[in-house]
Amino acid sequence: MLSTTFLGMKMKNPTRLASGILGVNAASLIRVAKEGAGAVTMKSVGPREREGHKNPTVIDLENGSMLNAVGLPTPGYNNMGEEMEELQVLKKMGVPLIGSLYGTVAAEFREVAEWMALYKPDAVELDISCPNAEWNGTQFACDPRVSSKIVSDVKEVMGKIPVIAKLTPQTHLVVEVGVACEEAGADAICMGNTMPAMSINIEAKRPVLANKKGGMSGPALKPINMKCVYELYEDLDIPIIGEGGVSSGRDAIEYMQAGAAIVGIGTAVRWRGTSVFREVCEEMENWMKENGCKKVSDIVGAGHE
Amino acid sequence: MQMHEIEKVVEEYRGNKTFYLKEYIGCVPGQFAMVWLPGVDEKPFSIMNWKGKTAINVEVKGKWSKAIYALKKGDKIGLRGPFGNGFDTKDVKRALLVGGGVGAVPLIPLLEKLKNKKAKIDFLLAARTKERLLFVNELKKVDDKLYITTDDGSAGKKGFATDMLKEILAKSRYDMVYVCGPEVMMQKVHEMCTAKKAASQLSLERYMKCGFGVCGECMVDDKILCVDGPVLTGKELEKSKEFGKSAYLKSGKRVQLREFYAWRQK
Repeated sequence: MLSTTFLGMKMKNPTRLASGILGVNAASLIRVAKEGAGAVTMKSVGPREREGHKNPTVIDLENGSMLNAVGLPTPGYNNMGEEMEELQVLKKMGVPLIGSLYGTVAAEFREVAEWMALYKPDAVELDISCPNAEWNGTQFACDPRVSSKIVSDVKEVMGKIPVIAKLTPQTHLVVEVGVACEEAGADAICMGNTMPAMSINIEAKRPVLANKKGGMSGPALKPINMKCVYELYEDLDIPIIGEGGVSSGRDAIEYMQAGAAIVGIGTAVRWRGTSVFREVCEEMENWMKENGCKKVSDIVGAGHE
Repeated sequence: MQMHEIEKVVEEYRGNKTFYLKEYIGCVPGQFAMVWLPGVDEKPFSIMNWKGKTAINVEVKGKWSKAIYALKKGDKIGLRGPFGNGFDTKDVKRALLVGGGVGAVPLIPLLEKLKNKKAKIDFLLAARTKERLLFVNELKKVDDKLYITTDDGSAGKKGFATDMLKEILAKSRYDMVYVCGPEVMMQKVHEMCTAKKAASQLSLERYMKCGFGVCGECMVDDKILCVDGPVLTGKELEKSKEFGKSAYLKSGKRVQLREFYAWRQK
């Protein structure tokens, strides 16, 4: 009932592990694949080894939401060979692997992409929307022209591997950026990243995150990215991954009715563990049965007139 | 994140202090908290509950611990938690607790819990020197057997915990062996317990960021140590490729344990 094809990938269900949740080592991704995710996404790989920010880097917010400024830590692609080899087992398991990568300038996206293409992931996602680095403007996805340049550069080196652009809700130009990415050759859009946010501990009189500012995810992000997915669906032909606050089957269906072809799950792992994928799928199936839906495509875009 | 007031500071030995908190934090022995010093850093520490008081014990290593070392009664620290699983004490009537160095810390609340359950407990406490035997005076008040070893022989028997353990396991049987200490020691203890078919639980340490199972930094194979652990069973570790061998740096790079510890000392 839940099986679907996304970017040519055969998925057992329309859920995927969002990038940045687990995914540091291969074993964590394989575990999530075993526990029922339709696809898994690596933590973004960058050009050079980088520690990221000091702790606190990840904290709870009210009502199940989360705030993080991990700061794009990465072993650097040169140190990732072993993990990439281990991940080949996913092919046997029939769970697609989505590689994720970032750069601090367009040329670095291309550099990491060239390396990643060697390992033939089922798709590659470009993190052009991280709010947490110290360099100015790593939220490339606020600017349609910059986003377009990165996507077209990466497309040149990816061959047949589909490219997903991960957008940010922190711009009034979400649709323009989505259209620019599509025109530059992006095969799908992920909508999207966290929302820039802050939390201050009033006794300590300090922002809790060491980086002071971070990205908010979880339930509070859902209505924000929901609106963006809805708008993108109206104007784009390429498929969309709905992401941000998916904690239940109902949330997944809501995103799909807004126009998402599949959904990403991240913060909900904090509350429901790695079994969240199987549980969300069960909840989706139950809802579909009760509401006379036979396949995933019955839901996608159903929220539009 | 909640701020907690320090009620009392005890220097256990030069370079090691216990910070008792005003407010009690109920938890399972072996659980931990992320301890925040605003403007400095945040690190995972075992929550030590003992006689109705909550404390954390800190050994001076790097910048963070030097900063907490300067704190006094009335100062505040931030705490997130309790996180993790803690030790399982179900059906345990006869236990051996093996603590190496600061690894004794999570075993103290465990000891109290097992005592309350009327379990019979032997304790093997190991340290480099006599002065580094943590909470030894408290442990001496415990009825059952207390074994002590020091690397230099300044107290108890000279040698490592594993030397003494060999003798203990040869003569006594336990429902559970609880272990916390340097990973090299734990790996040997694990091998010995496995050989003797003695059930064990071991409290491991890795670099952590979130503490609640999402950042993926503290993986030991496919175990997410901050939620599946920090206590793993001997059985869970039997086929481990990483226990005693590798861990992840802050960047996510996998390195040999030796390199990991060298980095953690900074």
